[in-house]
Amino acid sequence: MILTELPRRKPAIVDTVVEKQPNDPIARRLRELGFVEGEQVSVVAGGPLGAEPLLVQVGFTRFALRRSEAARIVLKPEVAA
Amino acid sequence: MSVSRIPLRLALVGNPNCGKTALFNQITGSRQKVANYAGVTVERKEGRYTNRQGREYAVLDLPGAYSFNAASLDEAVTRDLCRGFLPGEPKPDVLVCVVDATNLRLHLRFALEVRNLGIPMILAVNLADVARKRGITIDLNALERELGIPVVETVAVRRHGAQALLDQIDRTAVSAHLPPQLAEGADLHAETRRLLSVAVGMPSRTARIDDALDRWLLHPLFGLLTLAVVMFLIFQAVYAWATPIMDGIDAGTAALGSWVGGVLPEGPLSSLLVDGIIAGLGGVIVFLPQILILFAFILALEESGYLPRAAFLLDRSMSAAGLSGRSFIPLLSSFACAIPGIMATRSIQDPRDRMATILVAPLMTCSARLPVYALLIGAFIPQRTVWGWFNLQGLVLFGLYAAAVASALVVSWIMKRVRRDKSEHALMLELPSYRIPHPRDLAIGLWERATIFLKRVGGIILALTVLLWFLLSYPGAPADATLPAIDYSFAGLIGHALTAVFSPLGFNWQICIALIPGLAAREVAVSSLATVYALSAADDDAASQALLPLIHDGWSLATGLSLLVWYIYAPMCISTLATIKRETNSWRKMGMATLYLFALAYVASFITYQVAVRLGAG
Repeated sequence: MILTELPRRKPAIVDTVVEKQPNDPIARRLRELGFVEGEQVSVVAGGPLGAEPLLVQVGFTRFALRRSEAARIVLKPEVAA
Repeated sequence: MSVSRIPLRLALVGNPNCGKTALFNQITGSRQKVANYAGVTVERKEGRYTNRQGREYAVLDLPGAYSFNAASLDEAVTRDLCRGFLPGEPKPDVLVCVVDATNLRLHLRFALEVRNLGIPMILAVNLADVARKRGITIDLNALERELGIPVVETVAVRRHGAQALLDQIDRTAVSAHLPPQLAEGADLHAETRRLLSVAVGMPSRTARIDDALDRWLLHPLFGLLTLAVVMFLIFQAVYAWATPIMDGIDAGTAALGSWVGGVLPEGPLSSLLVDGIIAGLGGVIVFLPQILILFAFILALEESGYLPRAAFLLDRSMSAAGLSGRSFIPLLSSFACAIPGIMATRSIQDPRDRMATILVAPLMTCSARLPVYALLIGAFIPQRTVWGWFNLQGLVLFGLYAAAVASALVVSWIMKRVRRDKSEHALMLELPSYRIPHPRDLAIGLWERATIFLKRVGGIILALTVLLWFLLSYPGAPADATLPAIDYSFAGLIGHALTAVFSPLGFNWQICIALIPGLAAREVAVSSLATVYALSAADDDAASQALLPLIHDGWSLATGLSLLVWYIYAPMCISTLATIKRETNSWRKMGMATLYLFALAYVASFITYQVAVRLGAG
């Protein structure tokens, strides 16, 4: 599952950030901002038009990510509780 | 022991929103100097302070950065300066890495990057009071032990809240102890997690107040409603509250001018002082109320954390037109005046988005165009009711505003199409915790904006006003002159010569001459027309009243419409151009803006005039 498909306010765990092109600067920046394996994320809100951008909580920080940016973030499959 | 004369160089480095600038203000107070780094439009803030032993420190407030893998000009400057690669900027002696105690997961990772520079370094855990209130516990001793560098707590907004840091700076300056470094390519995220598990206890990931506020302020309906109210307030303030002060400044300048004119014997000196220098200075100061009011709002919104939320709400609609969510407030304030609007683009971090915003800002219908619109609409558009309740004159005025906005959207959309750099520019905007702005930080921020405007832009405006005065006053009229003096001046000659260029737009020589003093400020065109028509009028309103019948009879409807359209686009305000030059640090970009606005104005007026003439309005 990728981050754009995650329902609102449902916590999930980051698996990896995929590169759209070699040396993707956006993917690298996402990792630097804390989107790395094992980190908990959730989608807090969406923009008023077409849920663009998304408000994403990672670590203790909230970032507004456009959907194309958020689509780079792959989540771990849900583990049955 | 002798006290060193050369100040020790400190640099504050940290993530955006870590409260670094508030800490900088706390340490250096008002002893700050704001300029740009050589050759780039990144703000360089330096301050000084003297410790109890009389040792002087020079403190740099570096631009906020998430990483040394620079993704913006700001980050590149921070990286190069810390490494000592920036020309003319020696490497700092001591680095103070500022982290937000409530946001350590993000900020400690960057602190580890900073530590790897191998410069004596102190970690300042800022906003310690907020963290305590949220029940966050930070074991400073454990953090110090694990990091191998001194760690101190700071509360930037409290008196003496930086004392522990200042004491530690003195100790580190003496010891010059180098921090430990991690191996190249080490996993900084893993190390950050280890540090957090050892030293930090955090009951919840977010503040409850942030959750509650975001639920409302980012709501698709209530969020937009709140935003509309905030925008309306800003617009109202910049537009309406500033007007009485600006009128006062105008009146004061005029009074001073007539007093000087009365004291000095009539002649070139008196004329230069009154019509050149005093009028020019007045023309500079008159912008200050709008700039200060707008920036008071913008700084408060930025500090409180609302500005990024507004950008979040508007990003989708603005990015469709090739702008970004952050372009909205600068563009909105450009309706009052493009000068504070262009200065406000500093809150747009992405240089490409910022440039696009600067280029379209002059298209927003600023308040200086209103007197011109009022005169022309009064003269040419009949007072008539259409479609039941609309006033035709009001409709035309609305149409002029709408045409300006539509043109701006088209221009920015075209710029997005034609620019070479089509790469995906990320939003990735941090929405920081809400905070109550500290009055000291607002005051220092306002003071900076005012001085930047007066020093950098004011000089250009004053110089150009004096030049304009010269063109309008020399050579004087001959003794047997029958026409107004302006006709014999250089400006008059230029105006007559320009008629060849502007006659396809339907402009007569009177209009062409009035366009020249209109360069100083658009509204001056009205009183200049009165001068050209040899009317003696006490003020702009009287000039407008006296002109109405003259131009109604003297000009064709096509000419009137053409001039109206001209004023939608015309880059005829040297103050705006001076501000563009200052804010982009580039004559080329200013030239580009001038040229495209001029071309747009010319083409649009040409089409308007020719079509109107064909339709029988000539």
